Amino acid sequence: MTRSSVPTVPAQNQPTTTAAHVPDGPQGVGLGPLQLRSFLALLLRDLTVLRRNVPEFALRTLLQPVLFSFVFAYLFPRIGQGLSSQANFADVLVPGLVAVTAVFCGVSTVSLPLAIEFGATREIEDRIMAPVPGWAIATEKIVFGAVQSLAAGLLVLPACVLTSATPVNVEVRDPALLVVVALLACWISGALGLVVGTVVEPKRMGLAFSTLIVPLTFFGCVYYPWQALTPLPWLKVAVLANPVVYLSEGLRAALTPSVPHMSTAAYLGAGTAFATAMTVLGLRLFQRRVRL
Amino acid sequence: MAERVEPSTAVSVSGLFKRYGPRTAVAGIDLDVGVGEAFALLGPNGAGKTTTVNVCTTRSLPSGGRVRVAGWDVASQGVRVRRDIGVVTQHNTLDRSCSVEQNLYLHCRLFGMGHRSARTRTVELLETFRLASRARVDPTRLSGGMVQRLQIARAIAHRPRVLFLDEPTTGLDPQSRLSLWEQIDLLRREGTSVLLTTHHMEEAERLCDRVAIMDHGRVLVCGTPDALKRECGVDTVVALTLADPSAVPAARLSALAHVRSVDTVEGGYRIGTTAGQAHVAQIVTAALDGTILHLSVTEPTLETVFITLTGRELRD
Repeated sequence: MTRSSVPTVPAQNQPTTTAAHVPDGPQGVGLGPLQLRSFLALLLRDLTVLRRNVPEFALRTLLQPVLFSFVFAYLFPRIGQGLSSQANFADVLVPGLVAVTAVFCGVSTVSLPLAIEFGATREIEDRIMAPVPGWAIATEKIVFGAVQSLAAGLLVLPACVLTSATPVNVEVRDPALLVVVALLACWISGALGLVVGTVVEPKRMGLAFSTLIVPLTFFGCVYYPWQALTPLPWLKVAVLANPVVYLSEGLRAALTPSVPHMSTAAYLGAGTAFATAMTVLGLRLFQRRVRL
Repeated sequence: MAERVEPSTAVSVSGLFKRYGPRTAVAGIDLDVGVGEAFALLGPNGAGKTTTVNVCTTRSLPSGGRVRVAGWDVASQGVRVRRDIGVVTQHNTLDRSCSVEQNLYLHCRLFGMGHRSARTRTVELLETFRLASRARVDPTRLSGGMVQRLQIARAIAHRPRVLFLDEPTTGLDPQSRLSLWEQIDLLRREGTSVLLTTHHMEEAERLCDRVAIMDHGRVLVCGTPDALKRECGVDTVVALTLADPSAVPAARLSALAHVRSVDTVEGGYRIGTTAGQAHVAQIVTAALDGTILHLSVTEPTLETVFITLTGRELRD
């Protein structure tokens, strides 16, 4: 891209950065170096806010899975309650809890602030004046959701392993697989958060969460492996619409491979397809929402 | 992609249309704001001022026509336009999750500054806009005037070429308004081009080199405040408040020599004349039947221009 001329503006009004003199990245794809700096600054803003709220973040992330882990993998075996009869129940439960916690952390930390920025405070009107294309602002939300989702997973995994009374047989045979599954979980969380935050009004967020969390958790193969649904073929097929299934199964394959799980191609393929679909949908909805 | 055109104008609007479904918000306007100039879009609510600003700031795509800001085309070079402009919208869009200084610092980073220059610029802006003592508090704890100062400080933090201010002083007390006007004067002296919208004629007169009066999506007139006042054909405005306006028919006033316009306002009339103060006495005599409670004789204002053009008051 070439510039036809030098702008005639007063010298004292020249930007201190060379901002105006570097071309945009290609329209639609990719970011130029200056736009990348702006993109990183958007991330820096979200991380600054996160840093102000670390205790809140830890509490919100840890409370539910640790209590689950405590009741199901510590209390039940001690008092001889049903599920404990299954020898490796903790191996089934822990990857499932990590998956579902990571997803909900990513979704909630993206969607709730985004819905408020769109609605009550209209902060979005300033955010979209950033010198990057609209899709990059939406993508930053996905990336930030992914970062939080990863942080949640890293917090929850040791917490659950430690709370469990029966030992959790964590066995990472393939570290690369663990990384890929973790990245997939992060991506899905961020993309789903963008969709929810763009579509749902702040006042309906409570309703959206309660109607979303319960089915996604209970039918997300969190407390049972997918294979265990064989006696109920209709349910075994129906739960495939739930992305948490692929993450629970993927984390089982990566962390506790002794538990039966889906084939690698199945959970990675379906998970990637879901993440891609949510990303495309989220970016479109965001662009439509911000355009006046 | 369209290339940049040498910007002899900060903002160049030609044949701009903006439609929302069947409704036309802007019906073909042309405007040029020179580099370093302060320009006001003056008009009542719904005139199309904010829509025009939204198109200029890339928030909204034009339905027709062409807009260039700082030499860039708003429709195809949005990112480059945004890099060169600062925007203060009608709403408080400050980041409530960050402190006052973080709002400024993060904005600087967003526009490509490194850590150190962003810090320096933040300190400088906190001083200039008299916000240093509130640097660490959240924006939710600022007064209306401070919120607006911070919004302007943030908008100019990256030294934009063109600053857009949409109703910058609406809802502010007179003291905060004056203080904000001083800040805007300061920016102008530094060479920033300013396009502001307002329905406050005094603001337009006080701050701007030129004014475009808008109504129903069109520009009615455009020029310097003095030229507009000269061209409206009235040099003296007599405002009468009467105990009984019905006792003085408007036709009686219109029939007087040198009277150009008679507008009925609450409790009386506003009369535009062309003979200076020489004929005020004849107006007073003609209005005595209605018992005069209050009389004022002033020079025309932009409000007079607007009334002459539309027959309505700005705040209708």
